[in-house]
Amino acid sequence: MKKLMTAVLGSVALAAAPMAVSAETTHEIKLAYDADPVTLDIHEQLSGGMLQLSHMAFDPLIRWTQEFEFEPRLAESWERVDDRTMRFTLRDGVQFHSGNELTTEDVKFTFDRLKVSPDYKAIFRPFSELRVIDEHTFELVTDEPYPLVLNAATYIFPLDSEFYTGEDANGNDKAAVIKHGNSFASRNMSGTGPYQVVERQQGVKVVFERFDNYWDSESPGNVDRVVLTPIKENNTRVSALLSGGVDFIAPVPPTDLERIRRDSNTDLVTMSGTRIILFHLNQSRVEAFQDPRVRQAIAYAINQEGIAARIMKGFATPAAQMSPEGYQGHNPSLQPRYDVERAKELMAEAGYEDGFTVTMMSPNNRYVNDDKIAQAAAAMLARINIKVDLKTLPKAQYWPEYDARAADIMLIGWHADTEDSANFFEFLTMCPDADSGRGQYNAGNYCNEEIDALVEQANVETDLDKRTALLQEVEQRLYDDAAFVPLHWQDLAWAARKNVRIEPILNVMNFPYLGDLVVE
Amino acid sequence: MLAFLVQRISQAILVMFVISVISFTIQDGLGDPLQELVGMSVSDEERDALREEMGLNDPMVTQYLRFAGNALQGDLGVSYFYGEPTMDVILRHLPATLELVIAASLMIIFLSVPIGVYAAIRPKAWLSKFFMGVSTVGISIPVFLTAIVLIQLFSIGVQVTVFPADTGWGQWLNEFFSTDGGMPSYGRGDDLAHLFGTWESNFFSQTGWAHILLPAVSLASIMLPLFIRLIRAEMMEVLQSDYIRFAQAKGIAPARINFLHALKNTMLPVITVGGVQIGIMVAYTILTETVFQWPGVGLMFLEAITRSDIPLIVAYLMVVGLIFVITNTLVDLIYGLVNPTVKLTGKKA
Repeated sequence: MKKLMTAVLGSVALAAAPMAVSAETTHEIKLAYDADPVTLDIHEQLSGGMLQLSHMAFDPLIRWTQEFEFEPRLAESWERVDDRTMRFTLRDGVQFHSGNELTTEDVKFTFDRLKVSPDYKAIFRPFSELRVIDEHTFELVTDEPYPLVLNAATYIFPLDSEFYTGEDANGNDKAAVIKHGNSFASRNMSGTGPYQVVERQQGVKVVFERFDNYWDSESPGNVDRVVLTPIKENNTRVSALLSGGVDFIAPVPPTDLERIRRDSNTDLVTMSGTRIILFHLNQSRVEAFQDPRVRQAIAYAINQEGIAARIMKGFATPAAQMSPEGYQGHNPSLQPRYDVERAKELMAEAGYEDGFTVTMMSPNNRYVNDDKIAQAAAAMLARINIKVDLKTLPKAQYWPEYDARAADIMLIGWHADTEDSANFFEFLTMCPDADSGRGQYNAGNYCNEEIDALVEQANVETDLDKRTALLQEVEQRLYDDAAFVPLHWQDLAWAARKNVRIEPILNVMNFPYLGDLVVE
Repeated sequence: MLAFLVQRISQAILVMFVISVISFTIQDGLGDPLQELVGMSVSDEERDALREEMGLNDPMVTQYLRFAGNALQGDLGVSYFYGEPTMDVILRHLPATLELVIAASLMIIFLSVPIGVYAAIRPKAWLSKFFMGVSTVGISIPVFLTAIVLIQLFSIGVQVTVFPADTGWGQWLNEFFSTDGGMPSYGRGDDLAHLFGTWESNFFSQTGWAHILLPAVSLASIMLPLFIRLIRAEMMEVLQSDYIRFAQAKGIAPARINFLHALKNTMLPVITVGGVQIGIMVAYTILTETVFQWPGVGLMFLEAITRSDIPLIVAYLMVVGLIFVITNTLVDLIYGLVNPTVKLTGKKA
């Protein structure tokens, strides 16, 4: 059959070969993600995919390293002037793709645009203004003392103000952030980043070419051309890598980790991620959940390690809190507390030894194995006589149900946009308040004003050690109170052909710094 | 003829209307399109403002009337995700799907007719039995499985080592069952020829053919066995009929009987089924295109569903409905050519 096939297909397959050979002179890599950028306007949507694009075509003021530290990019240096002001110095001689020179005016333009972007305005709400001092110096000013100025600065990717100012052919403002529709910024871009978009067919491919006048001449990156193809189907993405059709894929589905590890032509890189998966126990729907002993019993009944090992195939880090390691609030003393006997005792103490029936909802295509996790948890709860009526839904239908708090137990995954513990509490455990937006995703309706006060205190504490202590205390108290049921942090995985050195450019934020990518 | 066309056009309009109403009423079950447009941490106020701006807060009837009014003027709305008119999006994706269907159809026509006829003329030959056996297997394997197996065999490659490698025959068998891979496993490739408008073609370069081969084979795999069996059964029935026996008795050359007299009558039902099946094949491309990341309307439609991109879903369904109406009309016209006794307007002959 091999011979027959070689005869039949050989001639066709050969046609693809010359492309691989020509990669000798100019390095080209083919990249397959599960989706391609929704738009070219990096302020239109705050999502992993858009940030990945931002790191290719733009540069942030500062960025995260693999060790969770800040690395200067377009901002050369920074210093705290007082507890509400941080002064930044901009790098000299940085050019935009259009040829314009980067100045503080561009940073101000970008900052003002972030303030009106529906997706980003929440992150920049604590900031009152960006004050221009001179062409290369500016200050970020906050209303209150604010500890996360640098975290927010990782989201400032300066836009070319001259390029985005004026009116387009239809007489619309070029700077407008338009969520859906054909805006100038969603079709054109000019940043300072290592790559320029030279061709784009939405849903088919995006072609990037290295920017000749890129400021970072010390970057080891040697890739001249990047072709990004969205391949949504997990199996196809993995096949494309194994067959040599693409050089670099992300994400790698847990079911294929072994297959890639075994393959001698590919490298696999995994990291413990920062996205927490958890259950909310709705106290306004179920009276029993108002009793901390019942919540604790549930926390004792769920076997996080078992789920991580069996359902996630080791592709997850069992969690007993929301903050992953490396975050300020991460409290190392908190460990998963699986103990069915203890759970039964607590149920008996609370007067529920005969149990009760609750409803549970989970998405089935949003997080890795989300529906299977929910099934497993339901089975675990059955052991302490809590009967679970589970319903799983596709994500598009799940979130409206979530917003309506349509079930007693609901699953959610959360990644802190600020890479900071307080973000978890603000969205997931603080008392729900429509005016301030606190507790927007708190489907447990858990409310403890003392804990909330600690979080608010941490939000204005610029002393790092004090802040760490505050946030760790919050984690401890939420744990003691079993405010929610944490499951695990979802791991991340990338895979590439052996000659593509991806390890140094990856990080837990999942923004591969492709500008620094080396291909041998 | 004119009456026939008028009748068909009015049918088409009715079909379009029904499709648009149905797809509009199911949109509530498809979820919230906003989820794909905004990040998780966007506040409820922002969401509401956006919803208002997009007209999603209006009652369903108002939304439908607005849509229908625009549709009558040829405007099928703007896709939420792509941010451009839905017809532009569909026209950009349609050529990829049509090429896939054309390639698969050619494969089916050129294989099923000779095989079907052969199996009918020589039903007892081992080759006929082999084809029938394979077609039973082919018909019962789902498209996506065929596709995954094809990718494994011809893109990634398989190394078989079950036979003892130190013996000559084992070595030979291992070699025989192993494959090299190397065929492209996704997409349309880079070497597309631009024909006109949005039509980029795979048919004019070697890489283009390499990219379309596996998807076309897997798409054809489901229909090919069906057609072989259909042609065989029809042909066998025709060969039993009196006029064939009479021709045989007259001593007309078997080739002339088989291919001129018998085949022509065999093809009548085949054309009817074929027309319907081409429409169904457009639908089947959803699976094939997903597995091969083939950037056609099937893949586009599936993604539109996961994103609740309602304008695009509605427009796609209407276009597919239109394709069905057109293919059926063409089938009826061809039918008339093959069998002159058939009258188009449905009056008794």
